[in-house]
Formats: sequence, C-alpha cells, structure tokens
Amino acid sequence: MKLAAGVSAATTPLVSFSTLSHAMDGRTVLAIPGWEQAAGEHALVLGPSGSGKTTLINIICGLVTPTSGSARIDGMDMTALAPAARDALRRRTIGLVFQTLRLIPALTVRENLALAQHIGRGLHDPAEISALIARVGLAHRADAKPRALSQGEGQRAAIARALITRPRLVVADEPTSALDDSNAAAMIDLLFETATATGATLLVATHDVRIRPRFAKVLTLAPPALQAAA
Amino acid sequence: MTLVGLSFAYLKDRGLNTALNILLLALGVATLVILLLFARQLEGRFTRDAQGIDLVVGAKGSPLQLILSSIYHVDVPTGNIPLSAVQALRQERTVAKVIPLALGDNFRGYRIVGTEPAYPAHYGAVLSDGRMWDKPFEAVIGADVAAGLGAGLGQRFLGSHGLGSGQSPEHDATPFIVVGRLKPTGTVVDRLVMASVESVWDMHGIAHDENEHEDEPDEAHGVMQPEVTALLVTYSSPLGAIQLPGFINRQTNMQAAAPAVEITRLLSLVGLGIEAVQALALLLLLTAGLSIFVALYTALRQREGDMAMLRVIGASRASIFGQILVEGMLLATAGALLGVALGHGVIAAAAANFRQLAEMGLDAGRFDIAELWIVLGALAIGAFAALLPALRVFRADIAETLAHSR
Repeated sequence: MKLAAGVSAATTPLVSFSTLSHAMDGRTVLAIPGWEQAAGEHALVLGPSGSGKTTLINIICGLVTPTSGSARIDGMDMTALAPAARDALRRRTIGLVFQTLRLIPALTVRENLALAQHIGRGLHDPAEISALIARVGLAHRADAKPRALSQGEGQRAAIARALITRPRLVVADEPTSALDDSNAAAMIDLLFETATATGATLLVATHDVRIRPRFAKVLTLAPPALQAAA
Repeated sequence: MTLVGLSFAYLKDRGLNTALNILLLALGVATLVILLLFARQLEGRFTRDAQGIDLVVGAKGSPLQLILSSIYHVDVPTGNIPLSAVQALRQERTVAKVIPLALGDNFRGYRIVGTEPAYPAHYGAVLSDGRMWDKPFEAVIGADVAAGLGAGLGQRFLGSHGLGSGQSPEHDATPFIVVGRLKPTGTVVDRLVMASVESVWDMHGIAHDENEHEDEPDEAHGVMQPEVTALLVTYSSPLGAIQLPGFINRQTNMQAAAPAVEITRLLSLVGLGIEAVQALALLLLLTAGLSIFVALYTALRQREGDMAMLRVIGASRASIFGQILVEGMLLATAGALLGVALGHGVIAAAAANFRQLAEMGLDAGRFDIAELWIVLGALAIGAFAALLPALRVFRADIAETLAHSR
C-alpha cells in the first residue's frame, strides 16, 4: 500500500469506466466490469496477449469507441466526445509511453521533447526540457538521435517525452516486457519516481507478471473466452 | 521544435534524397528560365532595333537576309543599290524618312556603317562626349564599341574588309578618327562604328574598279558608281505600306522588305524550336514533381507510426497535413530558387563565352515577370506532389496504424 499513499481527496476519479465491451468483426475482444482509478493511485492492467489490454488503452485514450459502455477521464466522458474534443482532452490529460517507444528518428532526444512540448502545450521551455532529461538520467545523451541510443536510454527518452506535457495520467503499454529482470525493475523504478515527482498517475498495461508486486491496484483481464463467459 | 522545424529535420535526415530532388526540380526550372529569357530578350531586341522602320530597301535577294544585315547587322548584305534611289524615295509623298546605309567593312569585328546622323538619332542615341561626324573618316562609336575597344576620342584606326572579325586585309589608305562616343541605347547602335557614307566610298576608292567584296556582287561595270547598301524607310502615311513595297519589288531592280513581316517569320521559325525545348522542360518539371511525390510517399509510409504518435500526443490532423505540405513546399521552393539562379548563371556564362549571344543583347541581370509564373508553377507541383501523401493523414485510423507500425 506504499504507493497508494498519494491518493488525493479529489472526488472525481482520474479514470473510470462502466461495464465495457468491444467487438471487432463480430468477435468480442474486451468485456470487463466497471472500474475506477483515483488520481495518485498508480495502477496495473495485467492480462495475457489478446486479453484486450491495448483495446482498453485505446478506449481510455479516445482512439477507439467501445461497442458498449463508456470511459471517463478526469470526469469527462471520452467516449461521448467529438473527435476534436477527444484530441484536446487526450492532449491535456494523458502522456503515452509506447512499447516500441516511437521516438522520431530524425530528431534528437531534446528535439523530440521540444516537439511534444510544442504540440501538447503550445510553448517552448528549454529549461524544463533540460531538467526533465536530467531527471531521467539522459543529460549526456540529450543531443543524440534515437537510433544512437541503447534500449534503456530510448525508454528513458520516451518516458521524458510522455511527461513533458505535464499529463495527469501517464499510460505505459508493455514498458518492461522486452527487458531482463534488473532492467525491468529499473524501468518501473524510473516510472514511479518520475511520475511521483511530476505529480502524474501511472496506468501500466502489461502481461509481465514480474512487476505485479509493485502495484497496489491491479485490474486483471482474463483471456477473451473467459471474459465472454463471465 | 515546431512542425515546420520537423519538416526541416525530416528533409535533413534523408539529405541525399532531398538534394537530388531539389536538383531535379532546379534543372527543369532552369531550362524554362533560360528559354524564357532567351526568347523574351531576343524578341525585345528584335522589336527595339526595328522600331520606327517600316521598310528596308536593298538589292534583290532574300528579304530576311536584307533585314538581318541592315537592321540587326548580323548577316551579310544582299548587295548594293544606286545612290539615286535615296533621292527618288525621298520624293515619295508617303515617305517620311529615308536613312541610307553603306556596309561592308569592320573594325575588329565591329561593323562600320556609312550613314547620316539621322541613323543614331533614330534610335535616340545621344553623345556621351565628342561630336557628330561632319567630314569623311570622322567616326562616332557606340557604347559597346567604346567599352570593348577602350577607344577614346582622337583614336585612329583602319577599317578592314568584310563584316566579321576575320583576317581580311586592312584598308591601308586612310585611317578613321574617333570624334564622338554615344551613350548606351540598348539597341544595335551600341555595337556599331558610324561615319559618313562618303567615308565608305573613299575607303573603297570609288573611282577605281575595286569590286573585290565577296559579299557585294559586281554590279557596276567599269567605273564604280556611288552606291549604298540599304535604305531604312519610315512612312508618313499608311498608304505607303500599300503602294511602296509592291512598286519597288515589281518596277525596280531593288527589293523592299517589311521588318515586321520578316521578324514574325523568323520568330515563328525560332519559336518552333523554343516550343519543342519548352515541352521537354515541362516534362522535366513534371518528372521532378513525380520524383518529389515518390520521395514523400515512401518517406511517409515509413513515418506512418511517427504520424500516428504525433496524433496521439495531440497534433491535429490539419497540422500534420500542413507539416507534410510544408515539406513538399520546402523542396519545391529550394528547387525553384536554385533553378532561377542556375538559369541566370547559364545565361551569364553563355553571354560571356559567345559573342553572338552578347551581341544579341542577352543580359543575365534582367529578370522577367514570367519567371514568377515558372516559380509559382514549380511550387504548385511541389504542393500537388505532397497533397496526395498528405491526404492519407485524413484517412488513417490511429489505433490501427499504431497496431501495425513500429
């Protein structure tokens, strides 16, 4: 329960959804009961491949509209908003760490952050960029391009980019599944540390059971067949 | 780092590809610019040199040759005509002005024209220093001649036979003396040495049978009669155009040619060639456009993941669409500007290395308004080449793209 200590007194949960289901091509890919995540309450979505983790993330981020049910982010119904309003809500509230990092190869680490800062907040604050790069321990690699970075360095850069827009919610998709035990632990440490330092709440989706003990709040997704049965 | 900055970064990231596409577009633009400047300046020169001259009267032969030799001073004359023709024409009521020209000699490639002060005056030439000629062997030189020879007032020189700067023997008798220099006029006068008609007669010893000019048929058997090479005629009334050419061509040993008709014919001949090359240049531009399209299209396929990511972190469809368009436009702008510079550079190099081109008045420093259209055309091609790949942004499903790209 050490990480739940930051639970705020805010009345509206940061993430909440009613009973959600989503079908693609007539096949149910996600069917889960309602769930809530308070601000400051880092949470894990755990499930095997095909259990609908990515679909759930896409619904939370407003990239996919569920077949039934709705998801609320910071009190706003993401699923009911028009596309442009979804973009705006996501831009204001959510920072994403992709499994494949998705740093822009033509830009340096510093420029990747600057672009995200410009898109997310419409401003350019070099001091904040430098501070964040230093916080994730990449100060010496700030002007390197992504293809020159190691896997670990790239992940640090991706986390820094997700945080540069000062999101309230950081969504990380499989951040550790490609890493060995010690690196996976270091990655989670870094996520917790930076999220806590910037006041962001983590939502990590993974099939990697090694990090299960690190989270107090866990949403376990069953394989689709079992979900449908339930 | 803005989205425009991102465009620059992407272009820099595939530098060789970018440079080659810019070069390809620049070559197309340069070709069009060269053709345009060449055609426009040629036409402008042709028109200016022939202004106010309604008819040229000279020996029978090719009318185009007569016009080229007596107005533009670029071909050999068709022959000589009797001096009496000057008086006869001046008595015509429909004729306002007759300027006689006696050709056949040069000084270091600059043609010596025996004429009257009315000739430079016709082109609005004024003296920059010195005075007009009033005695035989006094010469007034055009601005290009003065600059090309570095000749000052009082300079003496011997004319040579023929019209080119060949090795024909110099007339060894009497030297010309420069008594006046003209200000630049931007017309053919700038490249001429002008003196009295009598100077040319004297130079050839008109009393002797000295008809050795290869380009002047032997017409005067025995004693040489005073002759001139051509007459530049200006009508006083439109009636002249109806009566005079027909009369001269049918009733006399001379021919009359209208510069307007011959120039139009010449330009239509040259124009055919220009149009053919123009079509090729347009093809080159389209090829460049296609190449930009392919480059952007393949680059964007590789960047689909990047674009989806940018959308996820909050970039709007319109801004990403704009970013791709800017990328195409940056390529096109660079290509267009480089092409214009290249075109003017080639014209400058050509004018510096080929005297005939310089004599035609080819000037690399002059810009034509139509160049703006060429540049705008190149930009439009760049925009269009970027448009199709950019439109994919509007069709792409982000979640789908994220799932299927790295």
